[in-house]
Amino acid sequence: MKWILSPLEIRPDHRNRIGGKAYTLSLMAREGFKIPETLFLTVDAYNAFVNGAGLRERILLELNRKKFKDMRWEEIWDCATRIRNIFLKKQIPDPLKSYLTEKIQSHFSGKTLAIRSSAPDEDASGSSFAGLHESFINVRGTSSIIDHIRLVWASLWSDAALLYRQEIGLDVDKSEMAVVLQETVTGNRSGVVFSQNPNDETQVIIESVYGLNQGLVDGRVEPDRWVLDRDKKTVLSHKPVQREHWMIPSEHGVEMAALPEDLSRRSPLSSQEALDICELAYRAEALFKAPQDVEWTIKNDTLYLLQSRPITTLSPSETQDKRAWYLSLHRSVENLKALRTTIEETLIPEMAKTAKDLAEQDITVLSDRELAGEVRRRWKINQHWVNTYWEEFIPYAHGVRLFGQYYNDAMRPDDPYEFMNLLTQTKMVSLERNRLMEDLTSMVRRDRQLFERLKAGEPLDLDSEFGEKVNQFIEKFGDLSCAVTGGTECATDTRPLFKLLLEMAVNPSSLASRKKPKDARTQEKNFLNCFEGSKRKEAVDLLDLARSSYRLRDDDNIYLGRIEAQLLSAVKEAKSRVESFERRGTHKSELDDLKSVIQDFDYGTDHRKVSVQKNEYGGMVNPRQLVGQPAGPGLSRGKARVIRQHLDLQDFKHSEILICDAVDPNMTFVIPLAAGVIERRGGMLIHGAIIAREYGLPCVTGIPDATSLIHTGDDITVDGYLGIVTISQKDR
Amino acid sequence: MTHYEDIKKHIRELFINQKLAVLSTHHSGQPYASLIAFVGKEDLREIFFVTPRTTRKFENLSTDSRVAVLINSSINVDTDFHEAVSVTALGNAKEINGAEKDEILGLYLTKHPYLEAFATSPTCALIGVKITSYVLVKNFQHVMELSIDQ
Repeated sequence: MKWILSPLEIRPDHRNRIGGKAYTLSLMAREGFKIPETLFLTVDAYNAFVNGAGLRERILLELNRKKFKDMRWEEIWDCATRIRNIFLKKQIPDPLKSYLTEKIQSHFSGKTLAIRSSAPDEDASGSSFAGLHESFINVRGTSSIIDHIRLVWASLWSDAALLYRQEIGLDVDKSEMAVVLQETVTGNRSGVVFSQNPNDETQVIIESVYGLNQGLVDGRVEPDRWVLDRDKKTVLSHKPVQREHWMIPSEHGVEMAALPEDLSRRSPLSSQEALDICELAYRAEALFKAPQDVEWTIKNDTLYLLQSRPITTLSPSETQDKRAWYLSLHRSVENLKALRTTIEETLIPEMAKTAKDLAEQDITVLSDRELAGEVRRRWKINQHWVNTYWEEFIPYAHGVRLFGQYYNDAMRPDDPYEFMNLLTQTKMVSLERNRLMEDLTSMVRRDRQLFERLKAGEPLDLDSEFGEKVNQFIEKFGDLSCAVTGGTECATDTRPLFKLLLEMAVNPSSLASRKKPKDARTQEKNFLNCFEGSKRKEAVDLLDLARSSYRLRDDDNIYLGRIEAQLLSAVKEAKSRVESFERRGTHKSELDDLKSVIQDFDYGTDHRKVSVQKNEYGGMVNPRQLVGQPAGPGLSRGKARVIRQHLDLQDFKHSEILICDAVDPNMTFVIPLAAGVIERRGGMLIHGAIIAREYGLPCVTGIPDATSLIHTGDDITVDGYLGIVTISQKDR
Repeated sequence: MTHYEDIKKHIRELFINQKLAVLSTHHSGQPYASLIAFVGKEDLREIFFVTPRTTRKFENLSTDSRVAVLINSSINVDTDFHEAVSVTALGNAKEINGAEKDEILGLYLTKHPYLEAFATSPTCALIGVKITSYVLVKNFQHVMELSIDQ
């Protein structure tokens, strides 16, 4: 089989070698449609690359670290990131590279190209992958074209594409990718035509913009819209818009620019041109025997057909809806910038003010009925912010991912998470808290008397310098006895804090000895030097966005924690009033409301069950080596400290390995004591991984049942390079 | 073909066609078997594999370097009993470091390119087993031994 085929060479049996998109184009070329100069890179070229570079098994090793269905989306993103990086780094075998170079140069002779995906399994499933695989336009130069071919190949393994394949039951092991190489036709007017209006079968719809189609397709440039009568072939209406922008070719792809004023006043199409485009759509519909959604462009008054596909929106299926959801996981830079403004200027200040207002309210003076109402009010406030967290803050975390991909494309580092070094220079609230804890620890370490008094549990002199600092700390960060996300009772108690301070005081600060990330300033310079002109500004903006996104990924939880702490303090007050009356054995009808409120907020019953896996032979099943995701490079050995409830943290000892379900930002104060981190939740950008990386600690995430398979006191080794945890057996 | 040439041919074929082998180590007399992805040297004098340093096999061979390696061509069908060939290699294992390591890792990754991240992890050790003898079994019960002078 050949690596490259031209449209007129295509036979029906080639369809599964070039994918539906390419096959459709070949049929249109054969029927005499005016399409741009085109070549198809068959799946055999893809296979020559992945087999020649030993990638097939490597991809499957990545994807089979654990059951796909058990992976969180973030873990799948991590897998996709690692795979994409491998595609970027691996050399294309020489025979294939020479062949591609020769074909591209001889066929397109210096023209810029559109490089589009065309996956055969898209065809086989009868499902649309539109938008899930990558396509690039206006790519210049043979080596850049070959690089972008790799990126289209790699997009077969993007997180969204992987999730979608899983959803519709495709076997990822058999996935292959063909590529359409097409001369960029830099039309001055472009658009789409629906040969049948999805909402009215008697009509044809045309949308048109000035410049390239990209702006219309991704929704950034609003189009003029024509409605035509399907039978009479007449224009029924034309709805002009405020024409402000157009998408034009730039040195590195395309860019959006202001539309020249004379064009903004003129409709992009004449009535006759609209009718010509309508005719084009009819021809495509007649060829494929189904209503078509056709992309077109006009260059020098010649109408080109770019792409035609059946109108899928005529019968929206559940699958298509899900594809839209997967696509929504990725946010555009513009979308993230808008989100940033909302978060930084509105949401965070509102959260801080809400927490402060609640803290200033004296709930002890409320009547029992008022207190019950206050607990409900606080629950609603807390719920509102929890919802905001999911709807606004979590999507904003995508800023880090977007930057990671941008950085990796430019730098091609060995470590696909090298970009994180550039983000860790930001001031995070949790790190400020840990620094304050270090200050308190130094005071305890220096003052023997203070040390002994804390150890003996003697009351604290609030007027002393240490007492004042402790109060400041508690005011700002709480007393460490409250978990952020419920599940444990919140009792105001400074003992857990003091216990940790004592442990830190008797052990040398481990922070100083840890490795520092490599020089971020030089790294930043090297990264920015990859770009010039408007591209450089884009890189600077994206880095800034990623830093904000990274910082907020941690800070938002802390603000949320402060609000939840205020809810919990009201619940605690209610509980203490009810208990006090019950101890006296008296009944007061006003308390009934409070009692029901407490039942609604039953915090304190979420102790995870430890599974004892005794088998029919009477023996135990013991884990020896568990595989997760490598989330922080390094190797360390130590005793396990399994955190099943928040207060388990107070027993944390120096050099232990922190094992938990999910590292909560309000849990990170023990990190300076830890020798490593293991987390059930998977992902490189979850809190455990971020903080571990910040402190240079080995970290493994995504080990299902980590907190039940590992027990406090087990001797374990964390291999953060390979993502494995080894549990030593005492009896061997 | 002499017996000697026949044995060498079978061993070479197993080196080329098989990706996995079974390594035997022991801990205080308790044998322990584990699966390894291996590569053999063209001159048949050495076999190489990679293991994390946290594994039992690494711990065991650090205490006693004497090991056995079984390489086998069976494919889990009835005809294996007469068709499959097995070789058990006996020898001494040692971690490979220094200049030699890059060259051998290159050899290893040519055979197992998908193991690049694993094999180059700082937490993994490259182990070489210097072979002292091979025991070749074919046709179900036909056993021949080949000593290798190191």
